Amino acid sequence: MNDEIQTILSNYHSDRTRLMDMLWDVQLQQGYISDEAVSSLAKDLKISNDDVRETLTFYHFFHDKPFGKHKVYLCDTTIAKMSGYDEVRDALSNEIGTAFNSVDETSTFGLGDANCIGLSDQEPAMMVDNVVFTKLTPNKVKDIISDLKSGKTAENIANPKNINSKELAYVENMVDANIKTESQVLFKANRDYKSILQTCLDKHIPEEVIEEITLANLRGRGGAGFPTGMKWKFGREAEGAEKYIICNADEGEPGTFKDRVLLSHSPKDVLLGMIAAAYAVGSRHGIIYLRAEYWYLKDFLQQQIQDFRDEGLLGKNILGSKLEFDIRIQMGAGAYVCGDETALIESCEGKRGTPRVKPPYPINQGYLGMPTSVNNVETLAAASYIIEKGGDWYEEMGTDDSTGTRLLSVSGDCENPGIYEIEWGTTLNEVLEMIGAKDAKAVQISGPAGDTLSVKLDGEREFCYSDLSCNGSLMVFNQSRDLLNVVRDFEKFFVEESCGICVPCRAGGVDLLHKMERFIDGRGCQQDIEEITTWSKLLKGTSRCGLGTAAPNPILATLEKFPEIYQEKLVEQKGPLLPSFDMDDALSAHELAYKKLTQEEA
Amino acid sequence: MSIKVTIDGKEVSARDGDNIIDVAAENGVYIPSLCYVKGKPCLGTCRTCSVKVNGNVMAACTIPVAEGMEIEVNEPEVTDMRKALVELLFSEGNHNCPSCEKSGRCELQATGYEVDMMVSRFPYRFTPRVVDHSSKTIFLQRDRCIFCQRCVDMIRDEKTGEKIFSIKGRGTHARIEIDTDLANEMSPQQVREASDLCPVGCIIDSTQGYDDPIGKRKFEVKTIRDRALERTHR
Ligand SMILES: Cc1cc2nc3c(=O)[nH]c(=O)nc-3n(C[C@H](O)[C@H](O)[C@H](O)COP(=O)(O)O)c2cc1C
Ligand code: SF4
Ligand code: SF4
Ligand code: SF4
Ligand code: FES
Repeated sequence: MNDEIQTILSNYHSDRTRLMDMLWDVQLQQGYISDEAVSSLAKDLKISNDDVRETLTFYHFFHDKPFGKHKVYLCDTTIAKMSGYDEVRDALSNEIGTAFNSVDETSTFGLGDANCIGLSDQEPAMMVDNVVFTKLTPNKVKDIISDLKSGKTAENIANPKNINSKELAYVENMVDANIKTESQVLFKANRDYKSILQTCLDKHIPEEVIEEITLANLRGRGGAGFPTGMKWKFGREAEGAEKYIICNADEGEPGTFKDRVLLSHSPKDVLLGMIAAAYAVGSRHGIIYLRAEYWYLKDFLQQQIQDFRDEGLLGKNILGSKLEFDIRIQMGAGAYVCGDETALIESCEGKRGTPRVKPPYPINQGYLGMPTSVNNVETLAAASYIIEKGGDWYEEMGTDDSTGTRLLSVSGDCENPGIYEIEWGTTLNEVLEMIGAKDAKAVQISGPAGDTLSVKLDGEREFCYSDLSCNGSLMVFNQSRDLLNVVRDFEKFFVEESCGICVPCRAGGVDLLHKMERFIDGRGCQQDIEEITTWSKLLKGTSRCGLGTAAPNPILATLEKFPEIYQEKLVEQKGPLLPSFDMDDALSAHELAYKKLTQEEA
Repeated sequence: MSIKVTIDGKEVSARDGDNIIDVAAENGVYIPSLCYVKGKPCLGTCRTCSVKVNGNVMAACTIPVAEGMEIEVNEPEVTDMRKALVELLFSEGNHNCPSCEKSGRCELQATGYEVDMMVSRFPYRFTPRVVDHSSKTIFLQRDRCIFCQRCVDMIRDEKTGEKIFSIKGRGTHARIEIDTDLANEMSPQQVREASDLCPVGCIIDSTQGYDDPIGKRKFEVKTIRDRALERTHR
């Protein structure tokens, strides 16, 4: 056992910053990460055992205790719950013979929940040992579990034809791409990457690449919309012995899956975008931070990188020039907050994903303290077209402040969920028409962290940074959906994914969730509305990172757009006690505590 | 380089790059803080130093001043936010001051007085938290931990530089762990340093109880506000 760990350590040259990879390797080989393994790692890395555990215990998919031979995680998002989740959940629990968040008696299965795994267009979906199964039904679940019990691996079941995991067919066999629109910018077939890059390197000095991106007015597609040209310019100007380009493929925002499809169907667009960024900024090292939920893309992506190396587009003296650049893949391990660029960098350094205090910003001091440009998958893909066709060409599309196109990951109550490429400036109504959403009441854009739109009030608003700025997630809810439950699910998500480092988000998030539960239970009164509003402002104002500042968004947005859903549930306060105060419960609590204490004493 | 900023409408000069807490204190304006330690890299965890900067709420210890910055400290909305954050800490942990070794020397308690807190507006949570008595030198009374990260970032094993205190888990489940072996190696001075550094009564020196009688304790003799202002008045 210890030999295995020594091999793992030497594979990563006992480099502490590669702790994430080491923990993955240990878990994949030994099933979980035992105390013994922790000690061996700690000793060799010259850090304390608890320091190893600091990383280990942060991530949802790492286990420090046995969690069964097969690790099963069912995605439990709001969207899943609209698609037959309950039956599938029961079936899983029954077939495996254990409750959620536990291991069955034979230690064959560990059963758990997962937040969005990037498959909202084909829910219910689950991960089993890093393989995914989509569009689940109770019968399908029954078959899968019985196959696993009979000794098949998840890999065998999902891939009966034994397709090589380096091939696109492997990915396509497992998940649907569901690209619903004709290409406007992205997803062009048969691009000649070599000649595009050759022309770019011949024609432009790095500053000119930055100029083209700036001219195109490309803005970050990860959510914040920061001008990409400016980011690269700062990166070029920043001083550092090394510089890094990181592709943010953490895609954790519930409801988005466009980066998954870009990585499977246009991976080389993304790689080319990274090379352009490296040339512009002056970097030799790239990292793709790939969420663990997309494990099935790993070998495929690795092969794409290898193709580029073989063709001379990555490595030393790229296409005969002085440019040197290579890319590695860093796997995540289940933490939404690692999508935040500074938490992502911490994770790449082998640590828990605590968002850093800003300033300094990554572009000045990022990975290993060096200037680092973190860019979203879609941003990089778009950049690859801009260096080919020019900033002018790109700038023509879209609106004044939002140029080009935007990918939408569409899920929920509509006829055709999937990936849509829209030109910025398209209205909400146009999108609803496109996707076949006939009876829509509300639309959640940019995931729980974004905004709740009322189809009635917001239908004519446009997708663009100055109006409906959208990170790509679009979930549709029809008239029959109970939005209070949706909001509660969103708040639960933030509580589960909070890193816990700062007070408002860690402690306040729980209070917001409890308040939502109070409304749903019909115990909320006017005072609760007032409190939830001020507490929301507290989180928004004082939280350290975007997770905490966004956590109250679903509440504030629904209070504004759908006040009636709260009003309908409110109760009048009678007498001095709040309706949420349950006298019987309070008294019985005392009795219970008394009983427990006297029992303990006896 | 000297620059000009305004604090609550009054123009003051400041050294470029100094953080807002220090600049305010030098000018006699107290900003509550629970994780910041002057001279150490800022931790930015407690957020009780929140102020408005050009109209936006920001944690004062994390923001270097810049020319023309308009800083509002005693503005009603943000003043209430600071108070709310202190209240959140009281409802999140289990604080029973009369029976606490740190009472009178506790930064949370003292800050509670400064922000005029009477009772927490948030429901008290009474979460059971496990006390760690495993080391010979330190009792970790997690009921009182405010998760400021001072111990994690600033206390290291003197020989190896390894972390003695670290974090386990995330979100509401996150808690501080103590490495028993390393803690047992700590010198009495370092134990004292750690227990003094802990703003609350979580890191307790196992050899120390209540040193001073009520009325003679640290913040009873001189308030946390006066101490904060004095520290920077050079
Ligand atoms: C909690 C949180 C989660 C985030 N998740 C992602 C993500 O999954 N993908 C992403 O590209 N950006 C995400 N971001 C934004 C990143 O911090 C960063 O702004 C972005 O990767 C920059 O790339 P861009 O300029 O190309 O958008 C997240 C931010 C926060 C605060
Ligand atoms: S806001 Fe939440 S996720 Fe962000 S740093 Fe604070 S606790 Fe962590
Ligand atoms: S740590 Fe401070 S606030 Fe908490 S009980 Fe002790 S004295 Fe009171
Ligand atoms: S033990 Fe003390 S110093 Fe450490 S995080 Fe908790 S409150 Fe802060
Ligand atoms: S003192 Fe500024 S965040 Fe704690």
